[in-house]
Amino acid sequence: MYTTHELLRFATAGSVDDGKSTLVGRLLHDTKSVLADQLDAVERVSRDRGFEGADLALLTDGLRAEREQGITIDVAYRYFSTATRSFILADTPGHVQYTRNMVTGASTAEAALILVDVRHGVVEQTRRHAAVAALLGVRHVALAVNKMDLIDFVEGPYLAALADFGDVATALGITEFTPIPDSALRGDNVVDRSDRTPWYDGPTMLEYLERVPVGVNPASLPFRMPVQYVNRPRTPSHPDFRGYSGRIASGVVRVGDPVVVGPSGIQTEVTGLEVLGVPVIEAFAPQSITVILRDELDINRGEVIAAVDEPPSVVRDLLGTICVVDDRPVNTGDRVLLRTGTATVPAIVRGIRDRLDLTTLARAQAEDSLCLNELGTIELRLAQPVAVDPYSRLRNSGSFILIEPQDGSTLAGGMIEV
Amino acid sequence: METTGDLLSQARRTLTYLDELESEAVHVFREVVGEFDRPVLLFSGGKDSVVMLHLAVKAFAPSPVPFPVLHIDTGHNFEEVIEYRDRTVERLGVRLVVARVQEWIDSGRLRERADQTRNPLQTIPLLETITAGKFDAVFGGGRRDEEKARAKERVFSLRDEFGQWDPRRQRPELWDLYNGRHRPGEHVRVFPLSNWTELDVWRYIARERIDLPSLYFAHEREVFQRDGMWLAPGDWGGPRSGETVIRKTVRYRTVGDMSCTGAVESGAGDVATVIVEVAASRLTERGATRADDRMSEAAMEDRKREGYF
Repeated sequence: MYTTHELLRFATAGSVDDGKSTLVGRLLHDTKSVLADQLDAVERVSRDRGFEGADLALLTDGLRAEREQGITIDVAYRYFSTATRSFILADTPGHVQYTRNMVTGASTAEAALILVDVRHGVVEQTRRHAAVAALLGVRHVALAVNKMDLIDFVEGPYLAALADFGDVATALGITEFTPIPDSALRGDNVVDRSDRTPWYDGPTMLEYLERVPVGVNPASLPFRMPVQYVNRPRTPSHPDFRGYSGRIASGVVRVGDPVVVGPSGIQTEVTGLEVLGVPVIEAFAPQSITVILRDELDINRGEVIAAVDEPPSVVRDLLGTICVVDDRPVNTGDRVLLRTGTATVPAIVRGIRDRLDLTTLARAQAEDSLCLNELGTIELRLAQPVAVDPYSRLRNSGSFILIEPQDGSTLAGGMIEV
Repeated sequence: METTGDLLSQARRTLTYLDELESEAVHVFREVVGEFDRPVLLFSGGKDSVVMLHLAVKAFAPSPVPFPVLHIDTGHNFEEVIEYRDRTVERLGVRLVVARVQEWIDSGRLRERADQTRNPLQTIPLLETITAGKFDAVFGGGRRDEEKARAKERVFSLRDEFGQWDPRRQRPELWDLYNGRHRPGEHVRVFPLSNWTELDVWRYIARERIDLPSLYFAHEREVFQRDGMWLAPGDWGGPRSGETVIRKTVRYRTVGDMSCTGAVESGAGDVATVIVEVAASRLTERGATRADDRMSEAAMEDRKREGYF
C-alpha cells in the first residue's frame, strides 16, 4: 500500500554529560545523514584534542562558545530522513539554566526522547525534562537509558532506571513511555539493533521514531483558523475577491460549514476554500488556506474563524502557566503584550498564584515575581478580549507568549488553563 | 505516484512532509506581511531564493506578491542567472531592487580584496540598502541544514542597527508564535525555509515544476581547478600561473559570486537525476562548492554576526 512520507518533530533532552550530543551525533551518523566533509572536520578536531576516534558530539555544537566550553547553549535543529519519514530534531541543552530551551524545543515536538545515564538513573534534570514534556503536552515519550556499555550491558541497572522513571511519569500524568537501553558511543540500539542486549526485545531508537504515531486525526478536534491576512487583490482579474488567509490550527473545514468569528461573535458561512490558489471543498490542519465567507464582514488579523458547534472562549481574564525565558523577571503589575494566535493585545499581570517546582512537582506559594527558567501560574487582565481554548485541549489556540512592550523581547511562553 | 499519494493523504487527512513544509513556509510569509510595514525578499536567482519566491506567489494568490525583491549584485555574475532573474521578475510583475557592489567599490566605500572574491563585500551594500529602503523584514533563503551556526538560527532573527546577529541574545521561538517586534533602526531577517534540507528543496522544485537557471544542470564549461574546486573564468579573473583551463561537464549546486562558487562534475541533466545525485552525495553543498565557508570552523558564524545573509 502507498504510504505518505510523513514529518515527525521531536525533541531530545537529558542532563549534562548524559551523552545527548553523542546520541544525536550517533543518530545522524548511523542514518547516513553526516556527510564526508562534516565527518572529516569532526575527526580533525577530535585528533587535535587528543580523543581516540571521532567525538560525534562535535557534530552538533555549532557556536564557538559551545565548542570552547564543551557544552550546548542553544536549541539546535537537525534534519534527517529514512525511507518512511523525515525528522526535525530539536536538540536542547541539559543545564538547569537552559530550561527555557527545553520549553522551546518541546513546544513544537510531538515526541520527546529523554536521556539518562544508566549509572546515575533518574536525576533532577530528568524530572525537570519529563515535567516540561508533560506540561507542554508532548504526546509521546521515550526514555533512552544510555551508556549501557559502561555496565557491560547487564539488565539490572536498566530496570532500576526504568522503575524510577515510571514513578516520575505517573506523578506527571504521562500515561505511557517507551524505554530503550542504548549506548550512543558504541551505537547499540540507536539505529542498529545490539546483540549485547539479548534480554531486550523492544524497538531501537530509530524504529521507535519511525513508528510513533504522527499528529492527531484532524476530524477529532474543532475547527480553528486565526486570520493572518485579509486577501483583497483589487486587480482587474479579481476586483471583488475578499478572502481570509491563515493556517488551520485544528480541525477540518468544508464549504457550506457555518462558522463563528471570535472574539466578535459574528456568525456566517464558508462559501469558498482555496489551498494556495487551488479551490477545494474541504481543508484540514495544518494546511495554509484562504477562506471566503458569505457576508461582507469587517474581519481583521487577530480574529479566529471557528466551528459554530464548539466555539472558542472569548475572555478578557486569563489564567495560565508560564515559563520565563528572558533575563528580566515577570512581576505582578507588569504591563506586557500578550500574543496568542495572530492577536496581540496589551495585558497587565494581575498576580502570580504559584511557582512550580519542577524537581518535586509541588506548586508553592509565589512572591510577586517569576525569574528566568521558572514556571508558575499567573493571572492576566487583557485590554481587549481574545478567542482562546485551554492548552490541554487545543495546543495551538491555547498557547501564548508575553512580550516586553518597549524593546519587543519575548519574556515568557504560556499555556492557557481557562 | 505523487498524485496517488496526494489523493490518499487528502482522503486520510494527513499531509505529506513536503505539504507540511510548504504550509509552514506560507504561514511565515503571511505572518511577515501581517506584522511588518516594508518586507523585502533577497533574490539572487539561486534555487533557494527561487523556491522562496514561488512560495510567496502561492501564499498571496490571487493577489500579486506584496513586496519587492532585492539582489545584492557582486558584479561577478553568471550571465544565465542574471537573465533568469530579469525574466522571472518580469513574469511575476514584482519590483526588483539591485544593489551593486561595484558602485560601492567605485565610490571608495569598499575596497577590492587581494583574493578577488567579493562574497564578503556584500554585507555593507546589503545593510545600507536595507537602511535606505527602510526595509523592516528581510526574507532570506537560509536553511538550518546548511551549516552548524545556521542550525541555531531562528525563523525570525532580530538584527540590531548595525545588522549584527548575537547568538546569545536570540529570542526563544515557541510554538508558531513568531515575535517580529523591533525598535526603529532594527530589522528582522526571516527564513521561511529554515526547516528544509537541500533534498527537500529539490523535491519541491520537481513537484512544483519550478523553472531554474540552466547552470544547475549538467553542461559543458571551461573551468580550472583551485583549492580543489572547479572555478569558471570570467570578468572577475581567471587562472593563475600553473592553473590550466579545461572543458568539463559540470553543474552547480549553489549559485553565488563566480570567484568562490565551484562547479561539481556531474552528468545530471534534469531535476530527477539531480535528486538522485544529491541524495547520494557525500559532501554538503557548502563544503563542496563554497570557498568562503572553508576559511575556518566558525566562518559562517563570524559573517552572520557582521550582518551577512
